[in-house]
Amino acid sequence: MTSATITGFRLPPAPDAPRLLAGWYATGRPASLSDHLRHYGPSPVSRTIGTRAAMPLPDALETAGLTGRGGAGFPTARKLRTVADGRRRAVVVVNAMESEPASRKDEFLLAVAPHLVLGGAVLAALAVGADTVHVCLPRTRSAQYQQLSAALAERRRARVDAVRLRLHGLPHTYVSSESTSLVRWLDGGPARPRGGPPRIEERGIDRRPTLLHNAETLAHVALVARYGPAWFRQAGTTEEPGTALLTVSGAVGVPGVLEVPLGTPLTTVLDLAGGPTEPLQAVLTGGFAGAWLGAARLHTPLSRRDLAPLGASPGAGVLVALPHSACGLAETARILAYLAAHSARQCGPCHFGLPAVAADFAALAAGRADRVLLDRLRRRTALLPDRGACRHPDGAARLAASALDAFADDVTRHLDDGACPAAHRPPRLAVPPATPPETWR
Amino acid sequence: MNRTRTLRVDRIACTGEGLCAELLPELIGLDEWGYPIVRDRTVPERLRGHARRAVAACPRLALHTDA
Amino acid sequence: MTALTLAGSPLWYASRAGGTLALVLLTATVVLGIASGGRAAPRSVGRFEIGLLHRNLSLLTLVFLVVHVITAVLDPFVHLGWAVTVLPFAASYRPLWLGLGTVALDLLLAVLVTSAARRRLGVRRWKAVHWLAYAAWPFALFHGAGTGTDTRLSPQLWLYAGCLAAVMASVWWRLAKAGPGRVVGRLVAALTATAVPLVLGAFLATGPLQPGWSQRAAATAMLLGGGR
Repeated sequence: MTSATITGFRLPPAPDAPRLLAGWYATGRPASLSDHLRHYGPSPVSRTIGTRAAMPLPDALETAGLTGRGGAGFPTARKLRTVADGRRRAVVVVNAMESEPASRKDEFLLAVAPHLVLGGAVLAALAVGADTVHVCLPRTRSAQYQQLSAALAERRRARVDAVRLRLHGLPHTYVSSESTSLVRWLDGGPARPRGGPPRIEERGIDRRPTLLHNAETLAHVALVARYGPAWFRQAGTTEEPGTALLTVSGAVGVPGVLEVPLGTPLTTVLDLAGGPTEPLQAVLTGGFAGAWLGAARLHTPLSRRDLAPLGASPGAGVLVALPHSACGLAETARILAYLAAHSARQCGPCHFGLPAVAADFAALAAGRADRVLLDRLRRRTALLPDRGACRHPDGAARLAASALDAFADDVTRHLDDGACPAAHRPPRLAVPPATPPETWR
Repeated sequence: MNRTRTLRVDRIACTGEGLCAELLPELIGLDEWGYPIVRDRTVPERLRGHARRAVAACPRLALHTDA
Repeated sequence: MTALTLAGSPLWYASRAGGTLALVLLTATVVLGIASGGRAAPRSVGRFEIGLLHRNLSLLTLVFLVVHVITAVLDPFVHLGWAVTVLPFAASYRPLWLGLGTVALDLLLAVLVTSAARRRLGVRRWKAVHWLAYAAWPFALFHGAGTGTDTRLSPQLWLYAGCLAAVMASVWWRLAKAGPGRVVGRLVAALTATAVPLVLGAFLATGPLQPGWSQRAAATAMLLGGGR
């Protein structure tokens, strides 16, 4: 199997070179279809599908060890197989909703290398026998919508795809990027989580098996199909191979999107983003639904395995650097208020629990709390996980719990002496207003 | 035949009527808003009948036992 | 009273008793259904007990309805035939007033079937059909009052009044407890709850409580063209 495999793949680029952003670094402009084809060659569809010479795509992805880059980190190959095993014709969805306000990676990737994502989606569609690829963008990113419609038109004119590609603009809310939200919206309903079972891989859009991947994941799929699993594993760690796109923001010199191998220490990532502009007290990892890590933990490698013991994860590839001059409790309170406002209000524990936790946290940040409130906050936070149709309450609980832990000294100070001076200063993190979404459709 | 059964709450369907906690307090409690807290998903043999009654009593059909 | 002694077959007595009991039980079922929908939480009973009682009384209602229907059909005095049990307004005897009862029975059977299959149907379809049970209750009431064999007996009138009062009280209790939203639903419930006692009162005063109702009840058969 191995010898047959290698011959199928193209000559790979150097292992330490950027992968998804290679074209961007080489040219400094968004890749058109001809740029893309010049750089990566034609779609390796005949090499991976339908010939005995090469490995089927799911096998290649399994050997590569690619996992979802949207936050959940589910093995890509396993999803592909489940969908391919379905009896009805499958559908593929490109999730470029990027609801995480601190993340820009999918927007950036689609801006500079749209055909890498679209090509990966088409490969995945062929591998699972799908006839349609739905590309889902937030409605608010109208420029990107225009750009992608042009990219799709370009592909149609060049007749490179054997499947139909359709572009959709969805309401941009925190939970509208959840996989079942997309399926519900594409089925004509509100972009709110549906929950399960059945899973969308078994019964999704139009009750068909649905393969839904984050945009970045599909770009990796396109590269694994071209260069092979052995090449893919040359970056990253043995357990978590490959690179990942990160959005670094906060108190760093050059905030932006970076591509780094998984397992890169957080400090290295911060340095790649221009380094801290002032002494840091903590870094928010994963996203708004992620976890705070104190400055002492910044040597930790960016990987699931290393972050899990600290209650954190790479999530959607978000790193937000919080300087000492900011109040971690006040920042967290604002994020929690935003998360509470963006509850889909379908499940009781989230509908009532999130605003309650956010209010408790706001009181703590404002120095209006006592021990009773702190106990209540801890109790309420502990009651959120695993009690919703989606993981929204779990994420908010993780954030709240990690803040109480990472800013433990501040908690004591706020309880004893009232709000710290930093809590009265203007907020440092960019958090959207805590207003409920205007529409779900 | 003797597969273990696990409780599952359809959180979207659940409106916090609270009948499940009355009928199966061994496994289900309620939070401060009246929504179920499943303490243990696995239904022990001796509680199987109670679990069945709790499932049947839910007015929103939100409680399920999965085999 | 003379009419009673004249029509005195045991089946006829059984039918009337069964019908009356079914009405009382249906009333209790409706009241309990409204109570559990409104999250009534009396201190002495569990809420699940209200739900269970609702279910068990509804089944008992159907048992007495079956007795009521079978004995009425078997009774030689009226010659109804089995089709009448499910086909409304097809009877030769007081077709309109008997037909209301048939409609009520059909609605209750639909509720029975959908309740048994509720897991398969899903909560929305189940509840949609369940609302029909509300309609079954006034149908049953007017059927009882209009068929009228016992309507002129004062204990029977008190019974009807009691049933009416119980359901009206629970509907108004439920409306008082309801929050905002579902304006149309609440408006319909309030209007119906106002209309049903008024219409029933007016109907009783002009119809069954006037002399010669049994002739006129049969005469509606002629009007409907169902009489033979």
